[in-house]
Amino acid sequence: MHGHEDTYKPQGRFAKWMDERLPIMRMMHGQFIEFPTPRNLNYWWTFGGILTICLVAQIVTGIVLAMHYVPAETLAFNSVQHIKRDVNYGWLIQSMHAVGASMFFLAVYIHIFRGLYYGSYKAPREVLWILGVLIYLAMMATAFLGYTLPWGQMSFWGATVITNFFTAIPIVGDAITIWLWGGYAVTGATLNRFYALHYLLPFVIFGLVVLHVWALHVSGQNNPTGLDVKSPSDTVPMSPYAISKDLVGMSAFLMVFAWFVFFVPDYLGHADNYIPANPLVTPPHIVPEWYFLPFYAILRAVPDKLGGVILMFAAVAILAFVPWFDTSRVRSTRYRPIYKWFFWAFVFSCLALGYLGAKPAEGSYVMWARIFTAYYFLFFPLMWIIGIIETPSEMPRSITESVLGKGGGKAGAIAAHAAPEKR
Amino acid sequence: MSAHADDPNRRDFLTLAGPAFFAVGAAMTAWPFIHQMNPDAGALALASIEVDLAPIQPGQAITVMWRGKPVFVRNRTKDEIDKAAAVKLADLPDPQADQARIKKGKENWLVMVGVCTHLGCIPKGQSLADTKGDYGGWFCPCHGSHYDTAGRIRKGPAPRNLEVPAYEFMTDTKIKIG
Amino acid sequence: MRTDTMTVARLLATRVLGACAGLAFAATAASAAGEAPEIKRQAWSFSGVTGLYDKAQLQRGFQVYKEVCSACHGLERIAFRNLVQKGGPEFPEEAVKQLAATYKIKDDIKPDGKVAERDAKLADRFPALYANENDARSIHNGALPPDLSVMARARNVEYHGSWYMHPLAMMKDIATAYQEGGTDYLYALLTGYTDPPKNVQMADGMNYNTAFPGNQIAMVNPFAGGDGQVEYKDGTPATVANYSKDVSAFLSWTADPTLNQRKSTGWLVMLYLLITTVLLYVGKRIIWSKMH
Repeated sequence: MHGHEDTYKPQGRFAKWMDERLPIMRMMHGQFIEFPTPRNLNYWWTFGGILTICLVAQIVTGIVLAMHYVPAETLAFNSVQHIKRDVNYGWLIQSMHAVGASMFFLAVYIHIFRGLYYGSYKAPREVLWILGVLIYLAMMATAFLGYTLPWGQMSFWGATVITNFFTAIPIVGDAITIWLWGGYAVTGATLNRFYALHYLLPFVIFGLVVLHVWALHVSGQNNPTGLDVKSPSDTVPMSPYAISKDLVGMSAFLMVFAWFVFFVPDYLGHADNYIPANPLVTPPHIVPEWYFLPFYAILRAVPDKLGGVILMFAAVAILAFVPWFDTSRVRSTRYRPIYKWFFWAFVFSCLALGYLGAKPAEGSYVMWARIFTAYYFLFFPLMWIIGIIETPSEMPRSITESVLGKGGGKAGAIAAHAAPEKR
Repeated sequence: MSAHADDPNRRDFLTLAGPAFFAVGAAMTAWPFIHQMNPDAGALALASIEVDLAPIQPGQAITVMWRGKPVFVRNRTKDEIDKAAAVKLADLPDPQADQARIKKGKENWLVMVGVCTHLGCIPKGQSLADTKGDYGGWFCPCHGSHYDTAGRIRKGPAPRNLEVPAYEFMTDTKIKIG
Repeated sequence: MRTDTMTVARLLATRVLGACAGLAFAATAASAAGEAPEIKRQAWSFSGVTGLYDKAQLQRGFQVYKEVCSACHGLERIAFRNLVQKGGPEFPEEAVKQLAATYKIKDDIKPDGKVAERDAKLADRFPALYANENDARSIHNGALPPDLSVMARARNVEYHGSWYMHPLAMMKDIATAYQEGGTDYLYALLTGYTDPPKNVQMADGMNYNTAFPGNQIAMVNPFAGGDGQVEYKDGTPATVANYSKDVSAFLSWTADPTLNQRKSTGWLVMLYLLITTVLLYVGKRIIWSKMH
């Protein structure tokens, strides 16, 4: 809240009464109606709203599915079939939930790369960024737990592979893994507890999102130029401006979502998960869902078991330190001619790692996975170096100027002089 | 980047049309989430059952499960029918003629939901050894409701007669309930 | 400075392409087996964004299942009433009732405690063929004939082209709503029985099949009887190719019975979302016009 005026005036007796006791309407008005947002936000900024819709959709469809799903070893697979065949609109709700998970990750990856590109993690938004990493971790845990629930071959064997990671921990690894399993292998006991945790975590995510939005509203949004907001002409009230743009983004995103739900609902899944889980038969290729593939590739790139596990977790954890890896004086990659290439190479690496994660760990695939893993991790120290040696290209003097041009006249010039650009 | 229309009314409409569409769609999306709680296809498939009457001798009764509840099917003797028909309607807490509780031409067949209308216990009287209460029909042991040979409440706290579900004769020896 | 329309058009295009490319990994992940032979794609009545099941084909397919496959393979997730309902073979109810009565279900508990068999009703599912896995294996020389209810979804085709064309192939599959990988595989399997090539050593009791991963399958050719094995009453030529096609289509339905409803609802939803997005965009332009 950078000191914008609170112009909320409660209308009517009830509103005034409430305002004195629990000023929720005042808060909503200040934070979501009047809140000043940079006027130059592009559509990449609509993904925050899109992610909120994804979270709500997953929770709602999930709770409804929970009314019909049975988390017992011998009944789980058939209960999902029961939902798809007998429950009224069960086919639709189950599809929305399964496709919704993929959509959630698609949106979160775009949201993360937006943040990386425009320097949205840089001061004063470090905590905002770290909260985002925590949300991402919680999403990964939730998705992993959820995927075991249909109890197909991939559910079972994916759970076996991932929980086996913990045996790599020295000394206590085996005991921890048995504790996680509730047995000596993945069993019905594991399924049941994974269900309980899968139900719990989305509400943890919800709490983290509240903190995330709070942190955002303290610093305000970043914008494509990376410049700070310096004057009132740099911003517009959230309603109706940002909200109308958010709605367009959400609606377009829902089109992609709907296309998958209605026309290719199983495309993002794996055929092997339509085979009921069998502890005695291992599928020829165990692969996680697409959104985990890059990490899977990193895991398998390392010949040592413990090393692979550590590097895989490090690949996520390292994101939390990006605000300190990046030494650049400017936020937005738009004005960073050298860094730009490395950024896009990083994006390509992530895509390549994803592709390789689905391939068998043989032949030249292994070599390429190692090359791209190396670049993935090198990117961060490179950020450090490039930030120091790079000269940024010419930048507009203010947000207003970037929108209205230098001929934006007095408003632009005043805005530029209002406060010098801080780091 | 100029405005689409200059007419302010059209402009307002266009600004609001999008959110209105969005809201309508969101409301329509609610229906599947509400409807999924209604009985599913498996439950609906069991919503009707067929009962074969041939093995039931006069004076005998069977109990079948229908929609999760017991249904009494009794083959009444002439004695029981006469007794039921002779009762004056004014004597009944829930007045209903015997004729109204059976199918014409099939007076010996009595089909009723075997759930006491007081608080839901299952009345006794189906098997020969059961006590049949003071009126020769059924007796609910929970709070002492007495039903007669037409399943009507005569004495006790139950407010209504035992419910007769919708059923029809498919042949002389087969009925479909529900 | 980009104009709004360009931004949104670019955004939508990037979104779609990004979605397809980003999500395209799923197809690489979706193969059923390692060195899987290349499977040819067939044309199905229910292919593509507008395809729907052909009732007559599903009925013939059920006939093939019943006369040939049901000797070994169960269909335990299908209820007899499913054969009557819309979007499927849509057999007349009376006919299915009589069909159901030919199946016995052992759950009639008598007063003396013994469990008797009763005729199956519409509400019942197809009964299990075997008491348990060992029972099945002891009959079939150690092999376990799998239940076929979701087989058309439990299999898929692998991509056999070059890595740089792969993302484009995936985007094409998503755009054309290709979900028939399992169906194509089943057809290829059923028509893939041939004599083994000279250099291949067949294991005991195995049969050579061009579509099965590893090429050696325990199942004997179900259509070893050749053309005419199943008599079609609607005039469709009684050939192995047609049997394979029809039963593959039928099994697609058993795996995905709501396809017809899914696609027709899908069109309405896409249309509605398109209109909504356009209206919201127009509204957004109007609102923002004051800013520039």
